[in-house]
Amino acid sequence: MLDNLQSLSYFVPELILTVTILLVILADVLGTERGGWDLPGSTAFAGVALAFLAHFWLYAKPATVLFNGMIAHDPFSAFFRGFFLLSTLVVTLVSMFSKEIITLKKGEFYAILLSICIGMCLVASSQDLVMVYLALELMSIGSYVLSGFSRQIGKSDEAALKFVLYGGVSTAILLFGLTLLYGLTGATGFSAVREALQQTGKGVDLVAYTAFVLIFVGVGYKIAAVPFHFWAPDVYEGSPTPITAFLSVASKGTGFALLIRVFFSTLLTPSGVKGLWMEVGSIHIDWTFHLALLSAITMTLGNLGAIPQMNLKRLLAYSGIAHAGYLLMGVCLLTDRGLEAVIFYLVTYLFTNLAAFLVVIAMVDAQEDDRISGVRGLWARAPYTALIMGLCLFSLIGLPPTAGFVGKYYIFMAVLREKLYWLVIVGALNTVVSLYYYARIVKAMFLEPPSVEERIRVNPVYLTLLGLLTVPILYFGIWWDPLVRYAQYCAALVR
Amino acid sequence: MESQNHLLSWITFWPLIGMAVILGTPARAKLFIKQVALLATIPPLILGFKMLRLYDPAGGVQFVANMPWIRSFAIFYHMGADGLSVPMIFLTVLLCPICILASWNIDDRAKGYFSLFLLLETGMLGVFCALDFFLFYVFWELMLLPMYFLIGIWGGPRREYAAIKFFLYTLFGSVFLFIVMIVFYLHTGSFDITQLGSLIAGSGLKSAISLKWWLFLALYVAFAIKIPAFPFHTWLPDAHVEAPTAISVILAGILLKMGTYGLLRISYPLLPDMALAFAYPIAGIALINIVYGALVAMAQSDLKKLVAYSSISHMGYVMLGIAAMTPEAMNGAVLQMFNHGCVTAMLFLLVGVIYDRAHHRDIDGFGGLAQNLPVYAGITMVTFFAALGLPGLSSFISEALVFIGSFKVFTWITLFSTSGIVIGAAYLLWTYQRMFLGPLNEKYAHLPDCTLREKATLFPLAFIVVLIGVFPQLLINLINPTLQQLIQVLK
Repeated sequence: MLDNLQSLSYFVPELILTVTILLVILADVLGTERGGWDLPGSTAFAGVALAFLAHFWLYAKPATVLFNGMIAHDPFSAFFRGFFLLSTLVVTLVSMFSKEIITLKKGEFYAILLSICIGMCLVASSQDLVMVYLALELMSIGSYVLSGFSRQIGKSDEAALKFVLYGGVSTAILLFGLTLLYGLTGATGFSAVREALQQTGKGVDLVAYTAFVLIFVGVGYKIAAVPFHFWAPDVYEGSPTPITAFLSVASKGTGFALLIRVFFSTLLTPSGVKGLWMEVGSIHIDWTFHLALLSAITMTLGNLGAIPQMNLKRLLAYSGIAHAGYLLMGVCLLTDRGLEAVIFYLVTYLFTNLAAFLVVIAMVDAQEDDRISGVRGLWARAPYTALIMGLCLFSLIGLPPTAGFVGKYYIFMAVLREKLYWLVIVGALNTVVSLYYYARIVKAMFLEPPSVEERIRVNPVYLTLLGLLTVPILYFGIWWDPLVRYAQYCAALVR
Repeated sequence: MESQNHLLSWITFWPLIGMAVILGTPARAKLFIKQVALLATIPPLILGFKMLRLYDPAGGVQFVANMPWIRSFAIFYHMGADGLSVPMIFLTVLLCPICILASWNIDDRAKGYFSLFLLLETGMLGVFCALDFFLFYVFWELMLLPMYFLIGIWGGPRREYAAIKFFLYTLFGSVFLFIVMIVFYLHTGSFDITQLGSLIAGSGLKSAISLKWWLFLALYVAFAIKIPAFPFHTWLPDAHVEAPTAISVILAGILLKMGTYGLLRISYPLLPDMALAFAYPIAGIALINIVYGALVAMAQSDLKKLVAYSSISHMGYVMLGIAAMTPEAMNGAVLQMFNHGCVTAMLFLLVGVIYDRAHHRDIDGFGGLAQNLPVYAGITMVTFFAALGLPGLSSFISEALVFIGSFKVFTWITLFSTSGIVIGAAYLLWTYQRMFLGPLNEKYAHLPDCTLREKATLFPLAFIVVLIGVFPQLLINLINPTLQQLIQVLK
């Protein structure tokens, strides 16, 4: 365990982000749109890029606990730090050009975006119940503001209000769970909580069970798991699209990081064995089954909910719920193999979903239309964009040779290894259901004639970025050996 | 490291080179695109002939290339061919140039059409060449995308419905294939189809009878949807009728064979005891396919639908032969896979020829066509006779072998199945009579006869139909040794 001063060298990316936030505010004061040059945006982008480069340097450092036990430095937190920084990087770049953002107060926007990113990094590495709460709030409050940032759109206000109300309630529930856990064990550090729970051994009473259920409720809201998903479609639809992309990728990732941190650190023994089986009286509480059931319900309702959607953002919101279900399949196993699969899946999800939302952003920019009917005949109007969107959708379905297929393969394999056959069958049937609504977009783009003949001019920055995001989708679909090793490396938590 | 043979890789991936060239060509140069597409399908055909010449029937799996692909999961790039896949590979490389010729008049978005077609060819060839389960699955799924677009964009009036129906049905089947593949891997640590059989026999799966029962059922569903076996056949009439001519040819000629190929390549050698347990149900479904398919075909007024249902009926023979597991029946079944590929391809091509001229396919809307379309009438007669199993033409041999072989095993089922031959003869001859005989329908008095391009698509297939009808040993000699090995495994 390192003290505060020693820890700083492990904290470089976050420090860079902090400095960048200050610089962004300074740049905002200096004047935003001087000669069309987006000074705050460029500063933010440069800062995030620098932090992203710095995070690679940290991989070499040994796993340890920082700041007197508040946060951890381990491959798992390093992975999520990279995950958040990369999505922030893409969202920052897109925000510099998106017409939805361009009219807003840029300085504030980027400053809040970067603070959210710091909050996310802290959530993923937290080792302490109090740290969890602080980091989560840092991230959540920023997200509420950004989702309501666009004041021209009435829906944006509605989205922000819903987000705050749901978010506030669920965070309160989470906090209640954390408090119960503290009251039961007298400790706030994860390892101390685990040891206290284990010493009481069998017969840890209903309070501990309640505490974990409440914690799951708070996290379930973040990952949009059924039945805590109702906010997602409305918020996704109302928020400015770059923020929607950020919520659907980074925010969901945070939820999973938190879920894994809390559950893996406190329910499992340090060697990763399902040590603490909770017994309430004579009832045996099987966490795997609990989570597996939620996973099955989440993916099924997410997929069924997506079928009737007419709006691309809402559809992708429901698809995101379904993907939370697939990811929960990996989490519920509470094994390192499952964790590997989740990490692998998150990587594929990151690239695929960002690219898919980028296409929506381009559509909104070009014709202020985020409905499925807006992409009718996109094949004739913007062939390159249509092709990439098609590729993303096939990756979301999980068809080879895309990364999404391999992600699904990995998750299914992990679940089958634990012999949860029913869960895999539910997952497989859900894949077939998901084909139906993803194919509706494909159909609109390629099979239907365009309603307007004129070609869409897509911003070249978007096109380049789309091209770059496509590379890993295809590359990991064909050659994913390096990613397997990376996932195996990252599936290690300080316990 | 053994030496690698890349013949099959060249056959499989050559069309992709053509696809790349087409993608780099401006969409205006339609003729050039078509020429490139044709050129891209010719080298695999030539290599296919080379493969036939080099293939040694007694030599087991040949032309093997086996290289590590994903080391973490023991996934290999493992290609190879044996007596089961060689006829199928040859059928595929034969039908593809024919289909390019048959699609010559496609001018709407030709660039997309021909690049997708070439991608489809690679997918199909890959399925037949792959000996690694994972690789097999990747190719299996790879075919879905181009097929969806080819039906959905260039199909008939109800194309969107037909395309998504095809896609959903097939994906439903393949997710089960996917699960079974992973379960096998978890028990054996291997994806190698040639090794899996013995590995499974030596693993914990050996005694897990109920699990194996479910695994076999899941595999069966995956393959039955492709065959298509009753009650999973309902996608077929829609897809075949809406698809453009060349794609119907591919669907009926090659994709349906993948179902039975999968049974013979994967289900049977990997789970032989379950294959025995499922023999009667499969034979029963084969009977339903044969009789029900033929009866429904008889009721059709749309020529293309009639041909589509006749495919269901004819694939029933293949299933019956596979279920019987006797040497004669198995040889007949694989031979029938090849023969049906040729005959049904001709049938769909013929439907396309008349549809291009009359713009409808209503059987009763024609009449007396033999008077002004002698070549067309003649080749249709040969094809219909081949389809109804006239001696001297290829299907006769395979159907006879199937019946001879399965009679010993399923006496009653076989007896009832023979009624399929009678019904088949009835609907085909009745159709011929309505379309070609009798007084000439004045509306169609000036239809031109087959063009040179159409003859070039039909005559080679007709030649093969006659050739196999007279010298069936040509193929049986290739197939038999492999099937004998399979039968040994099944015993």
